[in-house]
Amino acid sequence: MKIVVLVKHVPDAASDRSFADDLTSDRAAVDGRLSELDEYAVEQALQTVEKAGEGEITYLTMGPASAAEALRKALSMGGDAGVHVVDDALHGSDALATSLVLAEALKKLEWDVVICGMASTDGTMSVVPAMISERLGVPGLTLASSLIIEGSTVTIRRDGDDASTTITGSLPALVSVTDQTGEARYPSFKGIMAAKKKPVTTWTLGDLGLEPAAVGLSAAWSAVASVTKRPPRVAGVIVADEGDGGVKLADFLASGKFI
Amino acid sequence: MAEILVLVDHVDGVVRKTTTELLTIARRLGEPSAVYFGTGVEGATETLGRFGAVKVYVVDDSDINGHLVTPKSEALVAIAEKVAPGAILVTSSSEGKEIAARAAVRLGSGLITDAVDVDADGVATQSVFAASYVVTAKVTHGTPIFTVKPNAATPEPAEVTPSVERVTVSYSAAATATTITDVSPRAKSGRPELTEAAIVVSGGRGVGGAEGFGVIEALADSLGAAVGASRAATDAGWYPHAFQVGQTGKTVSPTLYLASGISGAIQHRAGMQTSKTIVAVNKDAEAPIFELSDFGVVGDLFAVVPQLTDEVLKRKH
Ligand SMILES: Cc1cc2nc3c(=O)[nH]c(=O)nc-3n(C[C@H](O)[C@H](O)[C@H](O)COP(=O)(O)OP(=O)(O)OC[C@H]3O[C@@H](n4cnc5c(N)ncnc54)[C@H](O)[C@@H]3O)c2cc1C
Ligand SMILES: Nc1ncnc2c1ncn2[C@@H]1O[C@H](COP(=O)(O)O)[C@@H](O)[C@H]1O
Repeated sequence: MKIVVLVKHVPDAASDRSFADDLTSDRAAVDGRLSELDEYAVEQALQTVEKAGEGEITYLTMGPASAAEALRKALSMGGDAGVHVVDDALHGSDALATSLVLAEALKKLEWDVVICGMASTDGTMSVVPAMISERLGVPGLTLASSLIIEGSTVTIRRDGDDASTTITGSLPALVSVTDQTGEARYPSFKGIMAAKKKPVTTWTLGDLGLEPAAVGLSAAWSAVASVTKRPPRVAGVIVADEGDGGVKLADFLASGKFI
Repeated sequence: MAEILVLVDHVDGVVRKTTTELLTIARRLGEPSAVYFGTGVEGATETLGRFGAVKVYVVDDSDINGHLVTPKSEALVAIAEKVAPGAILVTSSSEGKEIAARAAVRLGSGLITDAVDVDADGVATQSVFAASYVVTAKVTHGTPIFTVKPNAATPEPAEVTPSVERVTVSYSAAATATTITDVSPRAKSGRPELTEAAIVVSGGRGVGGAEGFGVIEALADSLGAAVGASRAATDAGWYPHAFQVGQTGKTVSPTLYLASGISGAIQHRAGMQTSKTIVAVNKDAEAPIFELSDFGVVGDLFAVVPQLTDEVLKRKH
């Protein structure tokens, strides 16, 4: 079985994320990392191969030079190879352009299943997997809280608000997985060493047959007009409970007309 | 006036409040038409008309709910291709976002997700980076598609009698390739919908176990509030995942958010930071949740929360 996992390099959520002058997310200002939510996709790919006893995993990312770190991190967890789509023209691409580029890259790769994360921790749009599934015309089984791939059948559980549903489809298919699928493994020292020798291929837009004008900030189908830092919340009154904490809290709620 | 398509979010014909908010926003942009999928439209038409839906397009076939999401997106696209709307509004749920994402690709349209407001010029407001920034953005290509979060507008009635039009759709092979083999409905709590509630009472790891949520629920019920939980609590199985607040759970923006036994990690804040008033109970005075609290009590939640519940009940009478 051949699996491609889509991984994204994102600004660390624990750091102070901000915007650059062109109103795109400032990637230079903060440390980047493999999106935590894509680690769940990596883990599910590794488990699928381990269960099947065979299989090949390729990680695909689109992003600036630093995005190669996300591929190395994923490769240190396991898997076989990486593909990095990198091109200056990609800067500022919206989800539609990102999905176009990733879909074109997927057309050049061999796979039975594509596994994505549920959302990127920076954009948090949660739309790229559905867009790729639409572009490639393959069934999309999105937001899996559990995933089983057996033979050519894929089964997921999806936990909606009103119901938990079980959905099946046949390969080839695209799946996205949530953080409910189970903790991702930590790379072992051996894994980190092995990752250094695993092949990573770099593709430009030209390699994918895409025009620079089709992607990037100027081709985006939506435009950011303004970016404003929200004034930080100011801490209010903090009291220590001296046996009347609940009463004091009730007084506060009453003063705000909540009760 | 341009027709504005509003995708109806409903449970067996009971229209969700978010849809009445979307219809209210749609009236700023043009003339709203509702798009209704599945059975039960008879029960929904009155509500849709009350909030200004001039037309209701209905797709009710065996495919629309028999497969995962994609047929709904294709049906929305089919209607959009027929009526050439001025904009499309969809609730920002996980299903709504997927419907919108697929429609954006098919229609060649720009998409803005998670809007907390859309004005008459089609300028959308979003909260980003764990709600630390406010961004305004506009779609510049094709039919603007917006997914809009709950509580983005106050529903305002504008009574009309809608005309109902049934639409037949033919689906792609990929759309019908997935099969829903099992549906286990979730037990109803009887409490307000988490994302729509005016008050949310949440518990975290400090609650200590599933039984501990009893004090959280009791407080919630005294206030007529919804119950929320941190991921630490849902991961431990103390409370169902559907009630998780945060980056990988629900985003809530109530007038009052009460956090007990929650430290206030960035991923939790991402889901509740825009609440109007935040109140916290935590035994650690250094807990980051206090940095964003309007009022905080440093203490044991098992002492403070039940006392608060008693006070609320007492003062109600
Ligand atoms: C990719 C990713 C996504 C995530 N998504 C989410 C998300 O959607 N939602 C979310 O909540 N988290 C999310 N997290 C997890 C998040 O980082 C935190 O781990 C989590 O929010 C911690 O939950 P907590 O505050 O309940 O627990 P803790 O951080 O352990 O805090 C417990 C608090 O309870 C207090 N306490 C203990 N006992 C008592 C008592 N008796 N009385 C009063 N106070 C007491 C303690 O002082 C402490 O401050 C995510 C993490 C990652 C990496
Ligand atoms: N630039 C990218 N490179 C590789 N994968 C991506 C990229 N952007 C998004 N993805 C994949 O799509 C998922 C959802 O992303 P998003 O729609 O941006 O929230 C992520 O978890 C990744 O699996």
